[in-house]
Amino acid sequence: MKTRILGIEGTAWNLSAAVVDEDDVISEVTETYQPDTGGIHPREASQHHAKYASTVIQKLLENIKSKGIDPKTLDAVAFSQGPGLGPCLRTVATASRMLSLTLDIPIIGVNHCIAHIEVGKWKTPAKDPVVLYVSGANSQVLAYRKGKYRVFGETLDVGIGNALDKFARSAGLNHPGGPRIEKHAKNFEKYVPLPYVVKGMDFSFSGLTTAAKDALENETMEDVCYSFQETAFAMMVEVTERALAHTGKNEVLLAGGVGANMRLREMLDIMCNDRGASFYVPEKRFMGDNGAMIAYLGLLMYRSGSITGLKDSHVDPNFRPDSVEVTWI
Amino acid sequence: MYLTQGAEAIVKQEEDIIIKERIQKRYRIKVLDDKIRKERTRAEARLISETRRLGIPTPIIYDIQNFKIEMEYIDGEPLKNVINPELSKRTGELTGLLHSGGIIHGDLTTSNLILKDGRIYFIDFGLAFIDRTIEAQGVDVHVLFQTFESTHEDHEKLINAFYDGYKQKYIHADKVLKRVKDIEKRGRYA
Ligand SMILES: Nc1ncnc2c1ncn2[C@@H]1O[C@H](COP(=O)(O)OP(=O)(O)OP(=O)(O)O)[C@@H](O)[C@H]1O
Ligand SMILES: Nc1ncnc2c1ncn2[C@@H]1O[C@H](COP(=O)(O)OP(=O)(O)OP(=O)(O)O)[C@@H](O)[C@H]1O
Ligand SMILES: [Mg+2]
Ligand SMILES: [Mg+2]
Repeated sequence: MKTRILGIEGTAWNLSAAVVDEDDVISEVTETYQPDTGGIHPREASQHHAKYASTVIQKLLENIKSKGIDPKTLDAVAFSQGPGLGPCLRTVATASRMLSLTLDIPIIGVNHCIAHIEVGKWKTPAKDPVVLYVSGANSQVLAYRKGKYRVFGETLDVGIGNALDKFARSAGLNHPGGPRIEKHAKNFEKYVPLPYVVKGMDFSFSGLTTAAKDALENETMEDVCYSFQETAFAMMVEVTERALAHTGKNEVLLAGGVGANMRLREMLDIMCNDRGASFYVPEKRFMGDNGAMIAYLGLLMYRSGSITGLKDSHVDPNFRPDSVEVTWI
Repeated sequence: MYLTQGAEAIVKQEEDIIIKERIQKRYRIKVLDDKIRKERTRAEARLISETRRLGIPTPIIYDIQNFKIEMEYIDGEPLKNVINPELSKRTGELTGLLHSGGIIHGDLTTSNLILKDGRIYFIDFGLAFIDRTIEAQGVDVHVLFQTFESTHEDHEKLINAFYDGYKQKYIHADKVLKRVKDIEKRGRYA
């Protein structure tokens, strides 16, 4: 008998719910919040999630019914417990608790960062990788060791995605800025020196973002976008390589929305090639925030007996991946 | 003799000399890569010498070229293999001296500390810089605590012992330790 878990993601811009089993995604329904101007407003995003939560869930339940699955036979409901924007997390947690009560199935709170990692391991041949997890709010290098995903290095200030988005905004580019910066960077003529900041295993992007903004006064958009990418990505690839050297592992897995960037992939690929390591990237739908990854980590936790329960289902906006006891490896 | 290929350098040993050469990284564009390698080589040689002047054991520098340093071979055991609370405390004292002297190591890990004849040597100053701010010192200590946590069992004991030593040699130790806690919380949603 297969395990079937329904998972709901809604830590930031994307509200997405999915049902998965051991082998695959059975169905996924997504409603994306798009800010009219500027970046994400936490309250607006949570209002968006509140408005669409029941439609998304209804639609998902209809979809699985049409595939012959009775929602009452689902094994558990999983949700993103954190890290994320407080108001968004609370909205999704409330919807998940209601679903757990109505369907009379257990509730499992999952760590959003670890969900990004596990879905990558599920959908690629990676077994025990060093993970570069790069999204809007997070930028971390992690690896599994003795019962936990340890953070080997991380940003000391903002996440790379937020840094890209912030720079893009000041350059008059629309949100999200990452893909637009990637496009402009292709037409560069020269490299403009920007601060390269690696401190031990950690890195920082705020000085780079400010310097890039200032550089726009004298340099072309194309050159600054290119230089921003080259500098920021090299910092993260350097730390990923250090983690490989330090842990002795020989696989790298890329996770998170910024992982869509082709230049970042190319740099990681070169680094891995030169070290004789393997480099893995999951399909794009599993890279940005998605419901399937939450359902899948819920499935791993369910099968290893990690059930959260209603009374411990409070959200944690600062939920650290290295605080989770890994019961499924 | 070929010693190691770390993350960024090839380290060779020829009798009692170590030759550390920063190798090219193809993932970085050449202008950026050359600049980083040259800057780190120069900074490393300079700060190894300045650190010794503070009374902290470091290798003697014999020669420096574009991407290459020749230095004294420290024939000892990496702290990684022998760390215990007593050695952690002494690392704390030496780090206290280092920070009192305005130097940030930048890559304080237990692989970059070598125990020889009862003395702890600091090596690998490729990411070191001069900075007297609590923030920079906090990051330096945070990096060390991260290796304690990610690679050593008794990390709580090691952290406490480090702190004991650090306090003895650095008057702003309390402020730094408080900052370390803040740094751990950062880089995430507010
Ligand atoms: N091609 C690209 N190049 C660079 N950045 C990109 C690209 N595509 C998307 N991004 C960036 O990815 C980020 C979104 O990542 P993700 O989908 O993981 O969302 P998130 O809400 O930030 O996730 P998390 O909650 O995991 O921090 C945005 O900052 C966006 O600019
Ligand atoms: N002076 C020395 N005496 C003895 N051993 C040394 C010396 N310098 C380097 N080593 C050895 O070589 C290893 C790599 O040197 P080092 O840490 O300087 O290189 P690296 O490439 O910067 O490493 P990392 O991966 O830590 O950045 C050290 O961990 C140590 O074992
Ligand atoms: Mg070293
Ligand atoms: Mg080094």
